[in-house]
Amino acid sequence: MRLLEYQGKELFDQYGIRIPRAYLAYNTDEGKEAAARLGYPVVLKSQLTVGGRGKAGAILKCKTEFEMVPKFDELIHKEIKGELPRGILVEEIVDLKKELYMSLFLNRSKRCYSLISSAEGGVEIENVENKIIIDIPINGLSSQIAEDAARKLGLTGNTIVAFTDFTMKLSNLVNEKEAELAEINPTGILGDGSLIALDAKVIIDDNAMFRHPELKKYEQISELQAQAEKSGFSLVELDGDIAIIGNGAGLVMSTLDMVSDTGGRAGSFLDFGGRATTETIYEALKVISKIKRIDAILVNLFGGIVKTNLVAQAILEAYKNKIIDVPLFARISGAESEKAKEILKGSQAKLYDTVDEAIHAVVKEVSKERN
Amino acid sequence: MTKDFDIFDILIGKENDKDYKKKSVIIQGITGSYGSTHTRLMKAYGTNIVAGVTPGKEGQNFEGIPVYNSVAKAVKASGARISGVFVPANFFLDAAKEALDNGIKLLVAIPEHIPIKDSIRVLEYAQMQGAKIIGPNTPGVIVPEIMKVGIMPAQPFKAGNTVVLSRSGTLMYEVSYILTRAGYGQKLCLGIGGDPINGTNLIEAFNMVRYRQDIESIVIVGEIGGDSEEQLADYLIKTKFFKPAVAYIAGRSAPKEKRMGHAGAIIYGNYGSAESKVTNFAKADVPVAKRPSDIPELLAEKLRK
Repeated sequence: MRLLEYQGKELFDQYGIRIPRAYLAYNTDEGKEAAARLGYPVVLKSQLTVGGRGKAGAILKCKTEFEMVPKFDELIHKEIKGELPRGILVEEIVDLKKELYMSLFLNRSKRCYSLISSAEGGVEIENVENKIIIDIPINGLSSQIAEDAARKLGLTGNTIVAFTDFTMKLSNLVNEKEAELAEINPTGILGDGSLIALDAKVIIDDNAMFRHPELKKYEQISELQAQAEKSGFSLVELDGDIAIIGNGAGLVMSTLDMVSDTGGRAGSFLDFGGRATTETIYEALKVISKIKRIDAILVNLFGGIVKTNLVAQAILEAYKNKIIDVPLFARISGAESEKAKEILKGSQAKLYDTVDEAIHAVVKEVSKERN
Repeated sequence: MTKDFDIFDILIGKENDKDYKKKSVIIQGITGSYGSTHTRLMKAYGTNIVAGVTPGKEGQNFEGIPVYNSVAKAVKASGARISGVFVPANFFLDAAKEALDNGIKLLVAIPEHIPIKDSIRVLEYAQMQGAKIIGPNTPGVIVPEIMKVGIMPAQPFKAGNTVVLSRSGTLMYEVSYILTRAGYGQKLCLGIGGDPINGTNLIEAFNMVRYRQDIESIVIVGEIGGDSEEQLADYLIKTKFFKPAVAYIAGRSAPKEKRMGHAGAIIYGNYGSAESKVTNFAKADVPVAKRPSDIPELLAEKLRK
């Protein structure tokens, strides 16, 4: 779960990591009140989970209320990369001596957590050359390791102490809240040498959420996602017109790639997991039916344990109960596939022996509909 | 250089062993619906399942397999060194530790949705005990026509001389089936798992088989997320591995910052992208198939050279 900036900062605050004064506002009146309390100038920050907010114009500075009101109005209605903001964070502007980059992340290849920091803050870390990466022991960062990092960054005096304190607190947060990532970019150094978190990108391990009921309030999923999750499916909504369903994440990704290579556009990725039964396929079709722009459905099912004739029956049932009304193209490998073909005869569903054939047929079908 | 852990030694043993091809396996979570279904299928395939563990069900038996309350008792009664774990995700940490504390040397961790922290802890624990973890979130491992510890169906696999190492389950079945039909049987197919943290990563899985004379080629089934394919590509160059290797990468068309079904299948910036993996494999002279059905042709070409 990717937290919004203000949510991440709430966690920072709980762990004693300093953050700027700020209020979350949902309309211009609340925005005005927040800014008045903080005093101008302020910065308006659109609360989105997508990255690159600065470049996308989702962060705006305002010197006066006269300037703030139209900007607030603009931001609250501005969709960025397909996402509408969940509030605007109205924040004080702090005077900084210097900016740093800092993040604690799950280092997949080393299978541990690592601290990455750089004396160049506010830019994308991938483009930074002088960065230091330090592996963190399983029980958390030690002050010795943090101090070494501070010196390597060229920090001096009481900023070393501040840096150590700051990173240790961040490490506690990551460890206790089971975050995959906690990135603070930029981390500001104030005039007195202390550190402040100006941004927050925190990702919590979804699989650990059962141990963190206190974070449940930050979860916001669409009704569709909730339905998919309840059935144990992984669903990613995409912007094309072909709904793709299959068993196994790799298999569905592979199907997506082949559809794209053939000139088609995927409208959804739905992996219904390893246990394919007639109920799961029926449930998957139900979920898919809630997506508006879908013109056709492609099913790629690698059988083995599931009987294909039962899957065919489920598809037929979905048409009969008017769950779906668009054509369906399927490749279902496994036992009884001849019987399955027989069952689907005369319906809007067609069974193919290879996934390549099914893909060609579905792409041809949607391009026909487009014209 | 010391020889790495030989997975065949542990899974099937040596020809002179009394229990050659009949190594004892226990199943943790044997009475659950998932565990019981697959215990039946594994047994039918030839796996020597000697005991099961489900706390509170000691004294029962599952189709002739005795069930114990603890791994300690199951191991004491059977001498097994391999365990297949089918417990729910929130019980995994305890189940795995218990297995490792009681002499299990190869733990095949089937469950999905294991918290990262638990995976890291179990892995560290296994390293201390000199044991190996395959998974979590893996279909398991199969030595075709001999035995399997996992949830894979039997039909796609056939005995032969290639090895399939895969991050994905169903795609491992699909690719193995394509290889089987093209006449390339498999010596071993191993799913490393779809999570960000793999008990055995691609390099380690490769190390489990690289010394074997009886292996002719390797097929790597990767996907977006992380950099284990890149690391393996570097490693192939470094170790001058000269046997034919081909790869396939799923997720070329996946959007960034979206988790594509597997917890580990997510791209951040360029980190974890398919292009990065394809480029690195190219440097190691490993051709990457555009679609699974192209794999046999690429392999044939490599074998001809």
